[in-house]
Amino acid sequence: MTIKTIFSGFGGQGVLSMGFTLANAAMLEGKYVTYLPSYGVEVRGGTANCTVVVSDEEIASPVASEPEFVVAMNQPSFARFQSVLTSGGLICVNSSIVNTTSARGDIEVLAVPTSDLAEKMGTIKVANMIMLGAFLKASNIVAFDFMLNNLQEILGEGKAKMIKLNRQALEAGYTFVKE
Amino acid sequence: MSGNAALGEAAILAGCTCYFGYPITPQNELTEYMAKRVPETGGVFIQSESEIAAINMVLGASVAGARAMTSSSSPGMSLKQEGISYLAADELPAVVVDMVRGGPGMGNISPAQSDYFQATRGGGHGDYKTIVLAPGSVQELTEVVPLAFDLADEYRNPVIILGDGMLGQMMEPVSFENIKPPKKYQKDYILTGAKDRPSRMVRSLLFDTKEEEEHNWKLFRKYQRMERNEVRYETFLLDDAEMVVVAYGTGARIAKGAIKRLRQENLKVGMIRPITLWPFPAKIMKETAQNGAEFFVFEMSAGQMVEDVRLALEGKGHIHFYGRPGGVIPTPIELFRAISRHYYQSRRGKK
Repeated sequence: MTIKTIFSGFGGQGVLSMGFTLANAAMLEGKYVTYLPSYGVEVRGGTANCTVVVSDEEIASPVASEPEFVVAMNQPSFARFQSVLTSGGLICVNSSIVNTTSARGDIEVLAVPTSDLAEKMGTIKVANMIMLGAFLKASNIVAFDFMLNNLQEILGEGKAKMIKLNRQALEAGYTFVKE
Repeated sequence: MSGNAALGEAAILAGCTCYFGYPITPQNELTEYMAKRVPETGGVFIQSESEIAAINMVLGASVAGARAMTSSSSPGMSLKQEGISYLAADELPAVVVDMVRGGPGMGNISPAQSDYFQATRGGGHGDYKTIVLAPGSVQELTEVVPLAFDLADEYRNPVIILGDGMLGQMMEPVSFENIKPPKKYQKDYILTGAKDRPSRMVRSLLFDTKEEEEHNWKLFRKYQRMERNEVRYETFLLDDAEMVVVAYGTGARIAKGAIKRLRQENLKVGMIRPITLWPFPAKIMKETAQNGAEFFVFEMSAGQMVEDVRLALEGKGHIHFYGRPGGVIPTPIELFRAISRHYYQSRRGKK
């Protein structure tokens, strides 16, 4: 099975690191994976996106035409990427700042007030990890327990001090969807 | 690991001790990686003042016997052509990486395949050729990079690795276990100081036309040897294919995605993916055409490799073309539609 996800939002919202975290976790779980960032002229405040493909078999194309999942952290991304989602696909939306009304009847919309949840935790910076927790509950691409248990390795040495906070954020998103 | 970083690590493991580069998107991660790694291994890293300086530093390192590499992207690659021509004339080994971006001119920074002609036709002035390798995945870089260094030493000729922004930026799991320690080459031409031996000279200035002609024929024979021995390609579902896609590098990755979909709908489509763009895998194309297959060339350009396919087929076989120049990355579904349209058209035509 091959599952394609596009993570999208403003530059600075942690969109690329969301995708990178998922790709790293899936790799450690022993899956085939590709991570393709949009790069270059994107700047803080501009739009950013990346495509993560996770599969049981060798991945042909790292470019996804009809992704099964989209994560949209801002309004322009929601507008742009809901249209490419495959029929029956799921779009996870940061409903704190995005109007989640979609013209498409054949897709599922999961509204997560990510920014609000993050502010409750005391820092807007963890909004991406909250969304990733919610996304993992909804998609099950990587087992949530696996993500938590290997968080240190997945995030890398640079984030060693932030493990606890990231874990809490992932759990907050996961619990929100569960409830 | 990103393609750029994997390329750097593969070069280090292949014995590259000298790297010279000047920054340009989308290959900066390679320079960044080398800035950290080359000094760690006791090698020389220099961020040069220009692309022209970098390629001439490569020439200097190479003539002193080192495994040397430089990298750039399209506009920077144009600047390096003079140096590459000198390397070819002096018969010096070197590896030059081009992570192609949209052009001509400054163009943009998106992935493209529009430098095919520049890479495969020599690129600079004079009667010369360079081997051109086009890897399609991050893992394949671990085979292609050591191969590039070995071919450069074996033939004493510059070798080009032609990637694009997508290959450079994309991350995939990668293992370096397949890279063996570099082979030793007899280097009886390098300049190491003439103490206790006759002096040597490396130069490309040959005023005597007869001498220059002889030199040209010598190079020509070397290129013929490359054409005989160094053709590399990969086939995919070729046996029963009625339509054969020809694509390389990341273009071939997108095409592979499209072909998987086409096969699900029982369209008999296969692929030939040239790994060496020069020497071009002409023989397999001609053989495939004799079985009655039609060809579908896909490039992220307005059509350059398609000319080599035409030359390879020598008038036999029908060729379709689909190109997206300017740094546009088509999706597999777009390519799926294009290929199936041509597939059904040609089937109707046959009836």
